Amino acid sequence: MNALVLQTTARLVVLLLVVFSVLVLLRGHNEPGGGFIGGLLCGLAFATHALSFGVRATRRLMRIDPLRLLGVGLILAAGSGLPAMFRGQAFMTGQWLGSVPGIGKVGSVLVFDVGVYLVVLGAAMLILTGLMGEED
Amino acid sequence: MLWTVLGLFGLAAVSPWATRRLGDAAGWVLALGPAAVFVYWLVNWPAVAAGELNQTLPWAESLGVELAFRGDGLAGAMSLLVSGIGALIVVYAGGYLRGNPRLGLFFAYLFVFMGAMLGMVVSDHLIALFVFWEMTSVSSYLLIGFNHGKPDNRDAALKALLVTGGGGLALLAGLVLLGSIGVSLGLLLNEALRVSVLVEHAGAIQGHALFPAMLVLVLIGCFTKSAQFPFHFWLPAAMAGPTPVSAYLHSATMVKAGVFLLARLHPALAGGTLWVAVVTTVGAVTMLLGAVMAVGQRDLKGILAYTTISVLGTLVMLLGLGTDTAIKAMVAFLFAHGLYKAALFMVAGNVDHETGTRDVMALGGLRSLMPLTAAAGLVAALSMAGAPPMFGYVSKKVMLEAQVGAPTLAWLLTAAAVVANLCMVGAALLLALRPFWGAYREPPRKPHEAPRSMTFGPLLLAALGLLVGLLPGGFNATLGGAMASSIRGEPLAMKLKLMFGLDAKSLLIVALSFGALGLGYVLYRRLRGGPEFPAGLQGLGRYGPDRGYGRAMAGLMGLAKWQTRVVQSGYLRRYVLLVVGVVALAAGPLAVAAVRGGGAATIAGPLRVHEVVLALLVMAGAVYGVMARSRLAAVIGIGGSGIGLAVIFAVYGAVDLAITQLMVETLVVVILVLVLLRLPGAVRASGRLARGRDLLVAAAGGSVVTLLVLASATVELPAAVSSYYLNTASPAAFGRNVVNVILVDFRALDTLGEIVVVAVAGVGVASLVWRGAGRRARPGIEDPQRSGEAV
Repeated sequence: MNALVLQTTARLVVLLLVVFSVLVLLRGHNEPGGGFIGGLLCGLAFATHALSFGVRATRRLMRIDPLRLLGVGLILAAGSGLPAMFRGQAFMTGQWLGSVPGIGKVGSVLVFDVGVYLVVLGAAMLILTGLMGEED
Repeated sequence: MLWTVLGLFGLAAVSPWATRRLGDAAGWVLALGPAAVFVYWLVNWPAVAAGELNQTLPWAESLGVELAFRGDGLAGAMSLLVSGIGALIVVYAGGYLRGNPRLGLFFAYLFVFMGAMLGMVVSDHLIALFVFWEMTSVSSYLLIGFNHGKPDNRDAALKALLVTGGGGLALLAGLVLLGSIGVSLGLLLNEALRVSVLVEHAGAIQGHALFPAMLVLVLIGCFTKSAQFPFHFWLPAAMAGPTPVSAYLHSATMVKAGVFLLARLHPALAGGTLWVAVVTTVGAVTMLLGAVMAVGQRDLKGILAYTTISVLGTLVMLLGLGTDTAIKAMVAFLFAHGLYKAALFMVAGNVDHETGTRDVMALGGLRSLMPLTAAAGLVAALSMAGAPPMFGYVSKKVMLEAQVGAPTLAWLLTAAAVVANLCMVGAALLLALRPFWGAYREPPRKPHEAPRSMTFGPLLLAALGLLVGLLPGGFNATLGGAMASSIRGEPLAMKLKLMFGLDAKSLLIVALSFGALGLGYVLYRRLRGGPEFPAGLQGLGRYGPDRGYGRAMAGLMGLAKWQTRVVQSGYLRRYVLLVVGVVALAAGPLAVAAVRGGGAATIAGPLRVHEVVLALLVMAGAVYGVMARSRLAAVIGIGGSGIGLAVIFAVYGAVDLAITQLMVETLVVVILVLVLLRLPGAVRASGRLARGRDLLVAAAGGSVVTLLVLASATVELPAAVSSYYLNTASPAAFGRNVVNVILVDFRALDTLGEIVVVAVAGVGVASLVWRGAGRRARPGIEDPQRSGEAV
């Protein structure tokens, strides 16, 4: 796969998409978006990259094995429910730390959303890189 | 009390680590665990005897159900047996399996099993008892199949698990019936499954219409566990396990579980004609069968296995009779057997360990080389044969007394007991005399005495058998009396004696027991000559229930293969066809009924242009996808359909849904295109008939979904739910995007479940792809083939 136009635009698009996906993740609580959509967006960003430069380059770019992303995401999501239990509340009761400008209130719920983001990204990348493996 | 059980489970968790650290001393140190349990029961014996050792824990509080445990005489006596012999077995296993790299794991299994046994005997709540019961089945499966490299061992373990597990299912059904009988008698849910409560309603329970069905189910559970005919065949096969396992499971624990449950439920269920007839008959048949088959064996452990079956039959028969004497005999016999059988198994293990063979005919004259083992074997075998002054003799006397005094068919039962006993004498002598006395025969390995850890247990147990035989008074006053009283349900004094009276009945019993000894010796002289005599007996085992089990297993495997071939074809199109077809068939009638009953939603207001255009776009995409000649075109068609849907979501205000749909559609197209690259080029079009069938199924699936959507749109959802979310999202969860707040806060647990599914699906797809691609290096994963199998 060697398409000059695609590769040139991809450099920019991938960067934009990744940044945008994080924005979507962070603002999800108040505007449309969230971990699921953000994760999918980021997955699409890397998919674009992989289609333009080959999957090996994408894996180098990502640095992290998608399987590990899955694991970390699951741990974050499940772990975000634990602090509530230490305070005697039910598992997954939201814990709030304070406000961050542009995002709103942050706390365990955001951690949960980041976990969702990572799991969705990891699963998408696992499937994509798996399927694209033969083109190496 | 419960801490003893939990403590053993904890010990199981640390024992692999501890065994590595402790090395050869592991057995001696870890044995302190069960020994502590033993001491606990000894120290608390006054409370046990007084019936004051009770413990309850809240369980399902909303149902008012609590976990109840009770340390009465039966529970206490069994716990002492289980923990005492357990401690010796741990020491023994430390020597027997010395140097085995999986010794730590072995101890872990053993402690789980031990904890489950102890939990079972102290459970007052029948469901708790059942859970522990099943735990013993599972852990014994692991123990019997410990050397799982050999297919024979795996088969034997599976056989034990399937037979006892199948019986466990029957038992569960029986216990549930028993509980419902209790509830129908006006008991609370919490009381209806507690043995201590049920016992007080024995009469009403036995008069209940469901009683016979319940009793039969419970009995099947007990009979499978305690290897009663026709379920006995798993026990000899289970000898495939390492000898410490056999010594433990088949002397004092696993197989006694069924007998224990019969004893536990005795006050509530026993006494009726059905109980007496079934339990006595099955017990007597098992007793005879086991004893006769035992003398046909040439393998030390085989002999022990069949004599164990015989003893279990005797115990069951005595519980069936249920007279005072029979219960006393059962208690005495159970203890005598626990002591001598564990000792003899360990002796057999020593012989096997040191000489490399368990064939009785290949052994001889080992007494000077293995004096301690020989001594333990002789004393234990004398107890087994029922020779004075051993515990076995004392218990045999009271057993014969129960037979002679049986209310019906006393002569038949007595004759059966005498025949069984003389076979036992023959078998005992074969075990203890043949390998150790007579001319020395060169075994496969040069024998010498087993290490101390392996002679300690059998010597101690054999000595105990002698001690209790000489001085049965202490046993009468403590363990025996308390246990017999628990089984009877009212105080019952044990009066075991070594001496006999001079009345006619006592003389008859003494004559019978010495007669059996004499005849047994004659049998032994015949047996030791050679293998020709019992050749026919060995054949006996090959027919009968074991053959039926083999056929049933073969049939089951055949059925599984057939249905796998039919359902799991491996073709994606077949799966899709099946899923859509089944959904259409199952939900079709429901959908039609719903539309007929509640009516279908109609379109409110005039159709707007963009709505019509979107609907046409979606439909056109789908039709194009179906009609397309090339795969790529089909993918694009379907993608277009999906994006049309996304726009519909957006138009109706579901922005989050629309974005997600858009993303997913894009990813799906990318993924599908990647899949297409891997498919072979030629498209093999289905035949006309297959296309017609596919069309039919697809149309049916689509219609059903359409009907369901139409019907569900008319359902009035409670407005309170949505308004609750709308009103609470911002003040309580600090978010204005209600959809996302629901996803990550209000219903975060659901989302957690969903992302687990996403993760599993991702790993599953990837492992399938990797498998197809063969073994290629993957970053971060050494062996994709294996990770694929682990999923």
